[in-house]
Amino acid sequence: MAMAIRVFLLLLLFLSSSNLTFSLFEDQVGLMDWHQQYIGKVKHAVFHTQKAGRKRVVVSTEENVVASLDLRHGEIFWRHVLGTNDAIDEIDIALGKYVIALSSEGSILRAWNLPDGQMVWESFLPGSKPSKALLSIPTNLKVDKDHVILIYSNGCLHAVSSIDGEVLWKKELATEGIEVQQLIHPLGSDIIYAVGFVGMEKLLIHQTHVSDLFQDSSATAVILPSKLMGMVALKISSTIIFIKVADAGKLEVVDKIDHAAAVSDGLSFLEGQQALALVQHGGSKIHLTVKLGPDWSGDLLKESFEMDHQRGVVHKVFINNYIRTDRSHGFRALIVMEDHSLLLLQQGEVVWSREDGLASIIDVTTSELPVEENGVSVAKVEHNLFEWLKGHILKLKGTLMLASPEDVVAIQRIRLKSSEKSKMTRDRNGFRKLLIVLSKAGKLFALHTGDGRIVWSLLLHTLHKSEACENPTGVNVYQWQVPHHHAMDENPSILVVGRCGHSLDAPGILSIVDTYTGNELNSLGPVHSIVQIIPLPFTDPTEQRLHLLMDAGLRAHLYPRTPEAIGIFQREFANIYWYSIEADNGIIRGHVLKNNCFLEVADEFCFETKALWSIVFPSESEKIIATVTRKLNEVVHTQAKVITDQEVMYKYVSKNLLFVATVAPKAVGEIGSVTPDESWLVVYLIDTITGRILHRLTHHGSQGPVHAVFSENWVVYHYFNLRAHRYEMSVIEIYDQSRADNKDVLNLILGKHNLTSPISSYSRPEVITKSQSYFFTHSVKTIAVTSTAKGITSKQLLIGTIGDQVLALDKRFLDPRRSINPTQAEKEEGIIPLTDSLPIIPQSYVTHALQVEGLRGIVTVPAKLESTTLVFSYGVDLYFTQLAPSRTYDSLTEDFSYALLLITIVALVVAIFVTWVLSERKELQEKWR
Amino acid sequence: MRAKNLCFFLSKLLLLCLCFYILVSSPSLAFQSDELLADDEEFGLEGARSPVLDLTVPIQPSPHTQPTIQTQTTRSRSLDPDPDSKVHLLLEHAFGDSDFSPAGTFTARLKTSSHGGQTLTKLRFSRNSFTRTEEQEFKKLLEADDFYTIRVPSNVLSPPGRDYIISSVKARCLPRNGLDEHFVIHMDGVNILAVNYASPRACPYPRQLKLPAKWSFNSHTVLKNSEVAPRAPLFAEEILGGENVEFEGVKPPERSLWAKYWMYLIPVGLIVMNAITQAMNMPEEQAAGQSASQPQQSMAAIQRGQGTAVRRR
Repeated sequence: MAMAIRVFLLLLLFLSSSNLTFSLFEDQVGLMDWHQQYIGKVKHAVFHTQKAGRKRVVVSTEENVVASLDLRHGEIFWRHVLGTNDAIDEIDIALGKYVIALSSEGSILRAWNLPDGQMVWESFLPGSKPSKALLSIPTNLKVDKDHVILIYSNGCLHAVSSIDGEVLWKKELATEGIEVQQLIHPLGSDIIYAVGFVGMEKLLIHQTHVSDLFQDSSATAVILPSKLMGMVALKISSTIIFIKVADAGKLEVVDKIDHAAAVSDGLSFLEGQQALALVQHGGSKIHLTVKLGPDWSGDLLKESFEMDHQRGVVHKVFINNYIRTDRSHGFRALIVMEDHSLLLLQQGEVVWSREDGLASIIDVTTSELPVEENGVSVAKVEHNLFEWLKGHILKLKGTLMLASPEDVVAIQRIRLKSSEKSKMTRDRNGFRKLLIVLSKAGKLFALHTGDGRIVWSLLLHTLHKSEACENPTGVNVYQWQVPHHHAMDENPSILVVGRCGHSLDAPGILSIVDTYTGNELNSLGPVHSIVQIIPLPFTDPTEQRLHLLMDAGLRAHLYPRTPEAIGIFQREFANIYWYSIEADNGIIRGHVLKNNCFLEVADEFCFETKALWSIVFPSESEKIIATVTRKLNEVVHTQAKVITDQEVMYKYVSKNLLFVATVAPKAVGEIGSVTPDESWLVVYLIDTITGRILHRLTHHGSQGPVHAVFSENWVVYHYFNLRAHRYEMSVIEIYDQSRADNKDVLNLILGKHNLTSPISSYSRPEVITKSQSYFFTHSVKTIAVTSTAKGITSKQLLIGTIGDQVLALDKRFLDPRRSINPTQAEKEEGIIPLTDSLPIIPQSYVTHALQVEGLRGIVTVPAKLESTTLVFSYGVDLYFTQLAPSRTYDSLTEDFSYALLLITIVALVVAIFVTWVLSERKELQEKWR
Repeated sequence: MRAKNLCFFLSKLLLLCLCFYILVSSPSLAFQSDELLADDEEFGLEGARSPVLDLTVPIQPSPHTQPTIQTQTTRSRSLDPDPDSKVHLLLEHAFGDSDFSPAGTFTARLKTSSHGGQTLTKLRFSRNSFTRTEEQEFKKLLEADDFYTIRVPSNVLSPPGRDYIISSVKARCLPRNGLDEHFVIHMDGVNILAVNYASPRACPYPRQLKLPAKWSFNSHTVLKNSEVAPRAPLFAEEILGGENVEFEGVKPPERSLWAKYWMYLIPVGLIVMNAITQAMNMPEEQAAGQSASQPQQSMAAIQRGQGTAVRRR
């Protein structure tokens, strides 16, 4: 009986384990994926070093992150990413154990526990009118044994209990017309002074011209926002002047510092004394000076540091004091650089640095690595051979379950740190690439896909603030030159496009950067405005891709500016069409190139354009909220799709399709701001050559935001259904009917088909569309689709969920041919029975248990191996992994034991010989008998 | 007794069905949406599902262009049971870079639905034939493989609306025997969204220069309104009709008991078999008892000895 139960249990176990698992084993974590955590450009920093076992610094950043960093190593103890429109105004530490953050223009106050980052309380501070948000935590102001936090926001002064966040009292100040600028609480008193202006009558106590204090005042003077005791810091061009406010309103210049970059707030460290850090640039070095205020008697500290040129200038400095071993006062400084990196300086050394520029990625592109040179040295091979053997013996031990725990650790380490993964050369599978990312600070980083390390970084000088270009911003990165024929002797390069300002008609900046070395090869700018960039499918003899840049005046500019490029371009001149979307106006226009520009200076690379077609959405009922096109480099393996009963459907595969989603103008706002009756969502599929509307579909009672992805002949979009109170995802597939007659095999053999006839946009397309909608639980931040080298592998949708994770959803779930009861033939084809909502399988999260905080984008890049695609998702964090939507059918898995195979073969060979010898002997004995 | 019960039950069921039918047919809230969706499709206007909505799609007839229509429509909207009125749409064309000039007129009936939405029906098109100069212009276009462009106003009632709708085609696509053209006009109420202007047939890329045999137009016109998306399937109780439920009810017996629960049945069978064999063995063993154990062993020993002997031989 017991035997039978055992059998039964074993059987059950077997059955339960035979279910397919898509998840990953514990020892596979980190094998092909990496995750990096960042915080963004630091705005405020509060040190917590006194009487604390673990020294830490609490920072708030421009990416709306509150984080506690280890002051020894710069690692993140904990961190919270607030919403995108929940900007942090101020942070501080209360009671020595709570981190207090004021955000959303002073309307939300939160407290986190300092050691572990748990939220303690949160309170909402309503107010009548927006005003400056101020936070003040008096050190010894008590109301009923409760420490009080003072907040001035939205025209009200609030006193909030620091223990539970309760608002103790509230005083309306804005109604009296006071614009409060600062809260002052003198030590040991019960009175708070809220200093501000009443109306426009400013308290002008004293007036002195800057020119009286400082000669050569051609440049404008700016008051630095540093809080100093009895002093004002004034910045005139690159010089900082410290002005002491003496009694009776007299101003006197205390000091004048050249090449200064940043000044910290005053830090009171002794009774009545204030220290102040000052950073100066000198060549490749930066000099940190700590001055003693307010009497300005000598320097407390003067140190200089070697600084990487690619970090730019110092933007901010925060100081902190500590007691040295010899009981004297020491200072450490936290500096924020131009590229948003964060560094800790102490005792003349850079203790640690964080590349927080990577928290604000604007655009991503990839580049191949150099081709491996032939002739690797023998010594290297031998060394590798030994290592290889050792590794395989360890692995073999692992497979045969002979490995001791130490061995297991060693195996894991070998797997994680395999040098193969992070080599600087191309591999056969195309897994190793460079990810070129452009950050908001105007810095380019090249990240290695193997381990995510920074290979090189470049602070683009064209995106550097200058007189010609006041407010430069990076826009996009494009592949400029991808050498195939000259792969050995030419390096690939990328084109970085930027703008001098945020408006579309601001002058543009162009820069070309070598992706192997990170050197800027060429730069242009400021040039004409850049509204749209069109990479053309042509390359010149040096394999530079032709790009058309559209300016605000609807003129097209050709790059590169070479005669060869013009020659190629002229040949294709009549076949170049483009379209522009005026989202605010609700008009989409198609254009064609006409002739050279009529400018004062003849420019043969500039072309006038002419409108060909237009679509005008009625402004009272439709507003464009999303437009999506196919990826330019997407590969479609086959146009035909074999369906049940050996029938064929032909996908309408056109590069010139545009998906547009419009909503009722009333429904542009947040979800729930309109009733289902007054909101609708209309989606369009438009041919961008002729302006033909191929498909138009209305979803009643639905609302944006719309996130969509377009691939092959289908588009998937996500929106909110107000009637069902749920998010929905819809799919539209478009098929070509003009080729649908080509079903007869005989006709195909005899050549009686129109499959080879050229396709023209001017022919009237006979298309049919199929569409279906499903409910989806999550709201979505972004959607992408996997892309593979040849487009054979089935596709997966990559959905960036609201929880900052990436969910992989098989495209088969979004197939308009799904029905409630599929026939046997349809089941065989792989059609899933229709369900009303899309399943969310926890194992199919690409990010596993990790979160890509502040997720903004997902980029997929095909590897050379058809089954595999590389996925890079970015936000405040970065996450990279490899995906195989249909499993790795074309390669052995990474943990395949070659040694075991080898040993098996050897053993078999040995066995053959042994049996041969034995049989020989036996035969001999037989013969002797 | 049982028959009576059944009868009672049946009558109750009938009553329930009747109630259900009344519920379905009456304009109750739950099913209203379905009905109106079909309506919307017919009239092609989003948001025309409640009478309040004529406010959301305001019609702005310009006072100077077509005052007659304006008065008619406003009147019709309030009380007239026959709310049709005629509208004209001017089609203009341009040859290459030339200016636009009149080329034809669309005539249609403006139908005002009870919801207040307006749609165009019965579209007719009268094409002006080319003048001598226009023919020359068109020939030039054919030679240069240039674009022939048309435009219509974006609003039917107040031309040109916000902007003109432009559409172009390569001139070489049009000539066949005569000049074949095909208009697809995408409408939204009284607004024209887009006009797809093309030849009704294919126009493959190396476009041959071909002059038309006669200079007359052969026009086809199609009016298109938006399709309404199918609703997401709801598998809750909301699905109407007994068929579906019935179908669901019939379906399970398709798979036999064995097919469904084989994984449980096999172990159960094994257990039963095991138990039976054990139960059969038990009495035997008991009968044989300890007394039989000794000779059995010796027998076995003998057998083994024989076996070895045999093998040695």
